[in-house]
Amino acid sequence: MTARVVSQLGYPLAGALAILAAWFLACSAVNIPTVVLPSPDKVLHAFIGRFDLLVSEGWITLKETLFGFLLAVAVGIPMAVAVANSRPLNLMFYPLLVGLQSVPKVALAPIILVWLGTGIESKLAIVWLVAFFPIIVDTTAGLQSTPKEFVELANSLRASPVQMFMKVQFPAALPFVLTGAKVAITLAVIGAVIGEFVGSSEGLGFLLLSATSQLDTPLAFAALFALSFLGVLVYLLVELVEHLVAPWLPPSSQRH
Amino acid sequence: MTFGTVRNVRKVFAAGELLSGAGEPVVALDDASFDFDRGRLVALLGPSGCGKTTLLRIVAGLISKTSGSVTIDGHEVDKPLGNYGFVFQAPSLMPWRNVLDNVLFPMEILRRRNKAARTRAAELLDLVGLSGFMRARPHQLSGGMQQRVALCRALIHQPKLLLMDEPFGALDELTRLEMNDLLLRIRGETGASVLFVTHSISEAIYLSDKVIIFSRRPARVSRQIDIDFPYPRSQRVRFTAAFTEAERVASEALGVLAPGIEPGQGVQ
Repeated sequence: MTARVVSQLGYPLAGALAILAAWFLACSAVNIPTVVLPSPDKVLHAFIGRFDLLVSEGWITLKETLFGFLLAVAVGIPMAVAVANSRPLNLMFYPLLVGLQSVPKVALAPIILVWLGTGIESKLAIVWLVAFFPIIVDTTAGLQSTPKEFVELANSLRASPVQMFMKVQFPAALPFVLTGAKVAITLAVIGAVIGEFVGSSEGLGFLLLSATSQLDTPLAFAALFALSFLGVLVYLLVELVEHLVAPWLPPSSQRH
Repeated sequence: MTFGTVRNVRKVFAAGELLSGAGEPVVALDDASFDFDRGRLVALLGPSGCGKTTLLRIVAGLISKTSGSVTIDGHEVDKPLGNYGFVFQAPSLMPWRNVLDNVLFPMEILRRRNKAARTRAAELLDLVGLSGFMRARPHQLSGGMQQRVALCRALIHQPKLLLMDEPFGALDELTRLEMNDLLLRIRGETGASVLFVTHSISEAIYLSDKVIIFSRRPARVSRQIDIDFPYPRSQRVRFTAAFTEAERVASEALGVLAPGIEPGQGVQ
């Protein structure tokens, strides 16, 4: 047990420390100006000194990410159910959805800003847009790949369409839904930051942008780290939900 | 007393209907006919891909037939009658349910999941030697244990008919023999009629009252053999001259005995 903790936590920690040390040495040995690359201690100093600011801006970005993601789930799953179970809808839209998935949706951000302004609405729309596709595509794929024997078993007992969906099709698709959700939450953070880059007066993305424009690079790096923590946090939230709704799934590290 | 009849059943899959993506229609079954009596165990024996599995699904009402008629207990089958249990080749347990909930799945669909159902599920699991695994997840069980759970699931709603599609085909030889004896014991206690698809000659003879032998695709019934060993049977019956003779007759009907080659002395 202890040996596993050491190998699972100890080694990555040692790797991170090695990178930090290299970063620190590079800054002091080559004498890189702080405005180009601040040394880790200056970043840490900015992180602690401006912690209140990082938390209040991070809170904005967290809200944009989570609400946009939840909107994508709320719209994506019912639409996936329709596309998976209706042959005409499937033929009309499934190829489009798969095709659109590889289009860089963030390119729409400036246009969405024109439509919805610089408030939270435009951020929610951008986050929704990037998170929606993995959710609807993966959920549709899951709903369409119900094991044949489960369907036959339910049919042999004359299950109603509602029973078929609730007791067979949806639970069987749940691993796909959760995989889509994990991709979506990662993209949602990116969407929120892009939205803030393009036009905003708050959030970590805005803070990053304004810090660099004022040549306050240590603060920009502190915002970058705060964003990373935020990304890991929301991902872990989705993993927690996965553990709650599908405790029977093996941990993602042991799959495949 | 006749329980089920299969009359002139023919099944043609339209071009492209099968996963194999065949470009032309496939005749899976060509004129299959046989009867079976209440409480009997009937084996459907034939080469792989001969259409016996298709016939089983037609009897189950899960797929349509092109022509012919099937009746079970006096009712014409053209959709599932819901009065039988089905055991698939793979255990097909739902990974999101534990063992007990998998066994109770049919009772939920039939809206009869109650205390009596839970008691019966526990009894069935006890009967197959899995009473200690009610809360286990399917992936924690071996293949043989999973198939025993599937057997309990097929029996939970006390069906009069059990349809089994090569249920032990994926198991190792020893587990398979064990499962054969378990099936015979369970059938002795429930009195259900059983249709059992297999491609094992000795399994068909060991288990059944009657073996229906199918030809290669398109399948026809090429021979019916009555098996007279009394139940309960033990594995010793496999080593009798009568069993070997039944195997010879079945092998001949399946066309696996090439004429003219005499066997040498196998064991000194």
